[in-house]
Parts: sequence; structure tokens; C-alpha cells
Amino acid sequence: MAEVEETLKRIQTHEGVIGTIVVNAEGIPIRTTLDNSTTVQYAGLLHQLTMKARSTVRDIDPQNDLTFLRIRSKKHEIMVAPDKEYMLIVIQNPSE
Amino acid sequence: HVYLLLSKCVGLLYSSASSLPSRCFRCKDIDVLPTLKLSCFPTALTMEIVYVYTKKRNEFGRQCNFSDRSAELHVDILPDPSLAVNFIERDPCDVPIQCTQEMSEHEVNTERFESDTRGINHVEGGWPKDVNPHEMEQTIRFRKKVEKDENYISTVMQLGNNMEHCIKQNNAIDIYREYFEEEEVVEESEVQPSAKTINVFRDPNEVKRTASSLSWHPDGSRKLAVAYSSLEFQKVSKDMSLNSYIWDIENPNKPEMTLKPVSPLVCLEYNPKDCHILVGGSYNGQIAYWDTRKGSQPVEMSTIEHSHRDPVYRVIWLQSKTGTDTFSASTDGQVLWWDIRKMSEPTERLILDPNKKGNLDNALGAISLEFETTMPTKFMVGTEQGLVVSCNRKAKTPAEKIVCMYSGHHGPIYALQRNPFFPKNFLTVADWTARIWSEDIKESSIMWTKYHTAYLSDGSWSPVRPSVFFTIKMDGTLDVWDFLFKQNDPTLSVKVCDEALNSLRVQDNGHFLACGSQLGTVTLLEISSGLCTLQKNEKALATAMFERETKREKILEARHREMRLKERSRSEQSKEEDTKEGDGEESPEELITRIEKDFYEIVEAELKKRDKGEEKKVADAIKSD
Repeated sequence: MAEVEETLKRIQTHEGVIGTIVVNAEGIPIRTTLDNSTTVQYAGLLHQLTMKARSTVRDIDPQNDLTFLRIRSKKHEIMVAPDKEYMLIVIQNPSE
Repeated sequence: HVYLLLSKCVGLLYSSASSLPSRCFRCKDIDVLPTLKLSCFPTALTMEIVYVYTKKRNEFGRQCNFSDRSAELHVDILPDPSLAVNFIERDPCDVPIQCTQEMSEHEVNTERFESDTRGINHVEGGWPKDVNPHEMEQTIRFRKKVEKDENYISTVMQLGNNMEHCIKQNNAIDIYREYFEEEEVVEESEVQPSAKTINVFRDPNEVKRTASSLSWHPDGSRKLAVAYSSLEFQKVSKDMSLNSYIWDIENPNKPEMTLKPVSPLVCLEYNPKDCHILVGGSYNGQIAYWDTRKGSQPVEMSTIEHSHRDPVYRVIWLQSKTGTDTFSASTDGQVLWWDIRKMSEPTERLILDPNKKGNLDNALGAISLEFETTMPTKFMVGTEQGLVVSCNRKAKTPAEKIVCMYSGHHGPIYALQRNPFFPKNFLTVADWTARIWSEDIKESSIMWTKYHTAYLSDGSWSPVRPSVFFTIKMDGTLDVWDFLFKQNDPTLSVKVCDEALNSLRVQDNGHFLACGSQLGTVTLLEISSGLCTLQKNEKALATAMFERETKREKILEARHREMRLKERSRSEQSKEEDTKEGDGEESPEELITRIEKDFYEIVEAELKKRDKGEEKKVADAIKSD
């Protein structure tokens, strides 16, 4: 329990990190550092996108699987680390 | 009985029967023959061709007896020309013909695919049934439960590691940074530098003279003025023509205009402000100016008493409001300023006396002049003695006019020009080398070419590229130097002609140049584009090179000065020491006696040696006997 806290805190304190969200398989945000509405939005949208990405990867090669998803936009980068049951989402402002 | 009734249109043929019998006259039947009539009464305006067949009733059903009949012309309707007036003949008639498969068009409409647009309203969801998302307590409890799950802990740890790696990556480098933005694609120009002869203008006279000076027309450089003279001492023949010519570069056969001076012109210059005016300096020291609109004779000439005493080697137009000021230089040691409106007397005079005393006997002969319009108060004079004299025009006293002198050449300086991009550096062409100088360093040039086998007779910077300059030699070759590319050798060396080249002038666009030879042949050359287009960073590189060389010379100069100081101090010291030893030194007479003694001793020793040698020989001779 404490390690989780520590890990999440460490991630949050890295340079440029704007927010961290942990989402479960149903899309419920378990842990978040952003406000509720933003969290809900991110959780819902990224869940779908991750599903789509995973299915794409697996369509191309069934033995393959999605390990990480990075979306780089003009303002920041959204990083999604998916798992079977949970998903870790981090929004970071990359070094410019 | 069949009666054929023919009704015709009016005017052409009359009907053969105008009334219809109801009775047959021949068989006198009482029965009235019903007549089968299929006709209509003739109408006056329409053409109707009608056939009427009549048949007896009791003849119905009888078999038909067909018989052959010869062809009968029933109707012959000839064309009526009067009707043609209402029509226009169409000629030609376009008739399209196509030989293809016949196709038909068929439309089909598929079954409609019904699509619908739907939106989704994201509401927080996914919560299990027993948890009410709006109740804070319940959600918090749920969350806490999940957080205690072991799976959760291990997953988050693992994911966290991955995530951290990527975050650190992001922070380490910006993968989307433009790395090679500043470096542009270097376009390697594969074209070798070359110079191509475009035209050759030969002296039309029998006796050939040297083309001693060239000047391009200031407007568009379509014309070239060439001054012809013979610079060889006392080789002027009676037949030699005095004329100089203006050539149109398109027409090498005949000069466009002739200039008839009193004495052959050694130098000639177009007025950059007024393209019709030329000023020329002649062999006898006079200056004359021409107006091409007024003819071949000079408009005015300077008076002999006030002109130069030697041939005028260079005349340059000055930058002034009136555009009529020039100055000239000659080997008699004077630099004279003229206003062409009043040629009777020079407006100013400068004597190139290195001692600054204005002594004409001491003066240096001037061979070349340099004037840059961007620096109107300064000018430079290249002398016969190999010195470059830098002068200030605005000085109050004649002594102050001569600012400084640059030495380093062994012979007369035939060309002197400032770099159009770096006015502090100037090029001098003399003896067997060309040198580049910096104004600040007076002891030596900062860059120089090697000593060539042939004498260099003229040189010029390229007006478009700061690092390119041209030189011509007495063996007839033209060298193009690019010191950013190669310092030891010219970038391009072209043999223009077999005789010596005397004068060179580059056109303002840097693309064409003309060189004049000893036999009066002027060759127009085109330089390849690589040598006349400004390269990237060229100015910066040239600046860097000039600065580096100037710095080197400065350091050397400083060292020399130091060494000289040391020597001087040492010699002074040794002089002191000498005076200390002055008592022990011999007086001159004692010195002489001593030397005499030494001398006689040596002579005696030598004599003794010889005698011994002879004795030995005699002894040997006796022995052998």
C-alpha cells in the first residue's frame, strides 16, 4: 500500500507531469490528481482508445499485445500504461 | 367497271372526269352503281394524289384476274424554282455516322442504407450496482476497497515502472526536435570554373599599338572605350595612328566611335555620372575630355604649361555634386585635380615627395591611382618605386596630405584597388606578385601570391565576390584567384593571347571582363557563373581571413619591433662596454705594426716550408742516383 503511494507520488513529482490517473477495467478512476470532470473525461475516452489500439495490434499479429500508448499533442503528452484490469494514465509536458 | 378518277392540283393537269356517273352507260343497268369512292374533291392548294376504285356489286367475289401492265407514269411533279426562294441551300451538311455497339442506359437505385447520427453523453459510469456515483461516501469506500486489493498494488507498481521510464525519457531528450535546421543542403556545383572568349576586338590600324587602358560604359556596359598608345620608349613610328576607339561589344569588326586626341591616350575613363563624357590622359601629359555626342575631337584640353610633364598614367573621376571633377597621376611625381569645365589650370596639385617638402626632384613617379567613392576624402597612389602612398585630400597643408606609405614591392605598382566589400583591404599588382594589404599594417602586405615567372601588368577585384580577384601577366595569361578556395595558385588560369597583356577591366556585373594586349587586341571574356555568384558565407569567411592575416602581421610587426629594440639596447650596451675597454685597446699604429709582424711571420714560415721541401727532393734525387 505504501509502495503504491510512493510510486504514484514519485511519478507525480517528475518534471513536467501534469496529472496521474489510475483507472480500473470499468473505467472508474481509482486514483487521480486531477479534478473530477477532467478525470472522468480522460478515463472514458482513453479507455476506448486503448481498447481500439490493443485490438489493432492484435489484429495485425495475434501474438502481439499493446504494452504502452503515447499520444503526443501540441500541448502535452498523454501516456497510457494498460493492463488487464487497471490502467495508468499520466499527462506530461515534455521538455521543450 | 372501274373508273379511275384522278384529281389533280389546279393548274397542272385536268381531271379526266369532272363528274361522277351514277349509271353505267354501257350496260344500261338500271341499278345504280354504288361507287366506291375513296376520293376527296380536289382542293386548290394542297397536292393530293387520289386513287378511286369503283366496282359493280355483282362483281364482288369474282376472282381477280391479274394482268401485267406496263409502267405508267402517273405523276410527274417538276421542281418549282419559285418555291426555292423560301429556302436556303445548306452546304455542307454534317451527317454524323457512328459505327458502334448500340448501348442503352439503365438506372438502378440500391436499397437505401439508413444511417443515423448519435451522440453519447459521458456520464460517470461503470460503478457497480450497489454504489451510487453521486454519494461521496460510497465512492470513497469503493475506492479504498480497490486500493487494498493485491492485484491492484502489483499492477500499479509494474505500470508505474514503465511509466517512469517513459517520463524520464521525455525529460531527457525532445525526440521531435529539429536537429539539422540550420544546415542547408550544400549544393555542390560540379561546374569547373572557366572563362570563355566571347569577342576579340583588333586594332584596325596597320601599326599596332598597345591597348593601354579600358573603360566600360557606365550604363549597361554595352560599350567599351579603349585607349591605344605605345608605351615603349621612343618606339613611336610616324605612321602610328593617334586614335583611340569606342567599341560596341556586339560588333568586333568596326569600332563604333573614334576619339582623336592630339597625342595618343594612355588612359581613358567614362564619367560614371554622365555616360557621354570621357576623360583621357595622353602621352604628352595633357588631359582632354570628350563628349560622344559632339564628335571625335576633344571638347577641351588642358594647357601644356599646366599639365603633366610625363605621360598621364591614370585618370579617375571624382565624386562631386557637379560630376565634373577628375584627378590624374603621372610619373612626373604630380597628382593634379581638374574640373573639366575649366581645363586651363588644375584646381589642385600634389607633389609626391616622401619627405613631405613638396620637392619635385625628390618626388615619386605615380603609375596608378585609387579612389573609392565611399571614402571620398582618401585616395591612394601607386608609385614607380614600388611604394603605395596613402593620401588625405582634405588636409590643410600639403605636408599633411601624404598620410603614410606602404612598402613591399620591387617594381612599379601597375594596379591598386580597394576591395569593394572590405575597403580597408586593398590589392596591389606589381613586379611578379600581387599583394593584398590592410590599411593598418604598413610594414608588409597581409597576403601575397607567389613570385611568378612573368611580370604582372594589371589586376582588379571582382565587383561581386569579395574573395575573387583577377591578374594578367606579360605572357598573355589571365589568372583568376579565389583565396577562399585556394591560396597558393590561381583558381583559373587562362591563356588569352600570345603577346603580353597590358590592361584589364571587369564589368560591373562581374560576369564579363575585357583585357587588352600589347598588339592592341582586346579580348572579351565571359567568366563561368561559379566565379561571379556570391557564395554562402563568403563575406563572413573573407572577413575572417582578412582579420586573421592582419592579426598575424600585427603580431609579426610587434615582434620585429621588440627585436629591434633589443638589438638597439644591446648595441648600446656593447658600445658602453667598448668604451670601458678603451685603455687596453691598441692605437692604430700599434695595430699596424702588429699586423705587419704577423704577416711577415706567416710569409717566412711558408718560405721555410718550401725550402725544406726542396732539400728533401734533392736528397731523394741524390739517393736514387
